Amino acid sequence: MSDSPTIETHRLRKEYGDKVAVADLTLTVQRGEVFGFLGPNGAGKTTAVKMLLGLAVPTSGSAQILGRPVGDTQTRSRIGFLPEHFRFHEWLQAAEFMDLHGQLFGLTLQQRRERIPALLELVKLTEAADRRLSAFSKGMLQRIGLAQALLPEPEVVFLDEPTSGLDPLGRRLVRDVIRKLRSSGTTVFLNSHLLSEVEITCDRVAFIKDGTIVRTATLDRLVEGLTEVILWVGQVTPEFLDGLRRWSNELQVDGRRITLTVQDEASLPGLAQWVVEQGVGLYALTPQQLSLEELFVQVVGGEQ
Amino acid sequence: MKLWVITRLTVREAQRRKLLWIALALGVVFVALFAGGFHLIYREFATFSQSTVGGQVQYQVVTVFFLTAGLYVINFLAVMMAVLTSVGTVSGEISSHTIQSLATKPLRRWEILLGKWVAYSVMLGVYTSILSLSLVLVVRLISGYIPNNWLGPIGLLILEGWVILTVSILGGTFLSTIANGVLAFMLYGIAFIGGWVEQFGSLMASDAAVNIGILTSLVLPSEALWRRASYLMQPAIIRNLPANPFSTASVPSPAMVLYAAFYIVALLGIALWVFSQRDL
Repeated sequence: MSDSPTIETHRLRKEYGDKVAVADLTLTVQRGEVFGFLGPNGAGKTTAVKMLLGLAVPTSGSAQILGRPVGDTQTRSRIGFLPEHFRFHEWLQAAEFMDLHGQLFGLTLQQRRERIPALLELVKLTEAADRRLSAFSKGMLQRIGLAQALLPEPEVVFLDEPTSGLDPLGRRLVRDVIRKLRSSGTTVFLNSHLLSEVEITCDRVAFIKDGTIVRTATLDRLVEGLTEVILWVGQVTPEFLDGLRRWSNELQVDGRRITLTVQDEASLPGLAQWVVEQGVGLYALTPQQLSLEELFVQVVGGEQ
Repeated sequence: MKLWVITRLTVREAQRRKLLWIALALGVVFVALFAGGFHLIYREFATFSQSTVGGQVQYQVVTVFFLTAGLYVINFLAVMMAVLTSVGTVSGEISSHTIQSLATKPLRRWEILLGKWVAYSVMLGVYTSILSLSLVLVVRLISGYIPNNWLGPIGLLILEGWVILTVSILGGTFLSTIANGVLAFMLYGIAFIGGWVEQFGSLMASDAAVNIGILTSLVLPSEALWRRASYLMQPAIIRNLPANPFSTASVPSPAMVLYAAFYIVALLGIALWVFSQRDL
């Protein structure tokens, strides 16, 4: 069972009436991976997470978590979840809230006594332990929600927009928590549109658009993905531009400066050779390092 | 059992939101007012009717009438409390998304819902018992009168509260809070009117009218339970008075009580099923 991937979905689909929230989701998240799930608002990220957690029943397709079908009750004691709408029973005090969720996770009194103070310390809420959640700020609520998700020492943690309500310090705290989880071998499924966060924390990302994964990429090798190139040539002829379109259908011509995007880095030597063979004079061929944000705009932002 | 965690959480919520305390405090006011009122009226009536023939009978009529009126208010309060406390317990948690952090825990959906139902039914049952027993006790202390049957009627009042509670819990699994409240009160209203149609129908010997009443009792057996509770408590002399809120020209049978119990189980079963199937 330990060799099965943490998350494996096959052609997962969810319709709400006529509306297709998730069209066709097939993805695999390996053990210990920090996986970023990216996409514009309304792309189906939250619906996908809901299906993985058993909150919503898929219209078709299948999904497994930790080797068990999604929705399996016992598996949930190994899954932590911070919901997007981190709304909790706000009439509870912070420590009571943690105790409640510890009980729901099936932790013993002993385990709760050990873990609750440690987790409150981790999210810097020790001093607020006796305060009611109704007096908490948005950021504090999000942090206590994160602490709650970590109660069972889960094997996989789902974080749905975990930093949306946080100030820069809070974000750093969440980032540090994610790093700790990674080093302890916990799988993290991060749903976010804050790309800088994802860029710093994730091993791998998937882009979802209109309910389908349009692309996955490993973050330390982003350049292997779509690569933007700036060309400086001696002269620009119509024949040359036509030929160039075989390499890329996105050309931006600005005098002798041409910006284009090629499929991957490996195609650069071939492109250089072809340009030289055209005899237009190659002055420079500069591949641009794509930031995640640029990649996001390229992959997802297409016709918006 | 995780079910008890949810039950305790629900009771604690009622405490924290001061619902329990307000209900208990006003319950005390209600019983005190009843005791004061009954004491004054009873004393007046005692001096007035001492000399007349059959004064003893009139004593009893006034006493029973007053006690029944008090229980009628409790019947109404039980219905109100049943709906108002529970109407948003499922739909509210769904719309505020607090349900998401519960339903992703290692417990089954039915445990969440049943845990809530147990909490509300226990609170409602205890509340109804305390108020009704207080009235019976007050009447006993002031007038020395005690109905032949008071345990049964109180049990029926509790059962009535549970019927309405279960309707409201079921509604909450698929309706918004406000729609659910409208549903519960409208059903109560329909059953109420149906009960009156049945009583008058019985006095006028109209079988059709009685059948309409029985039909509405099948839709929601709340009013029928009240009628039976009221009937059981009254001595024959009051049973024969013409139609009033407490009169029982057409007495719901024990089968209706059995039906109400079945009704609760069935509706609760449907609620558990709907809740375990729906997207949260």
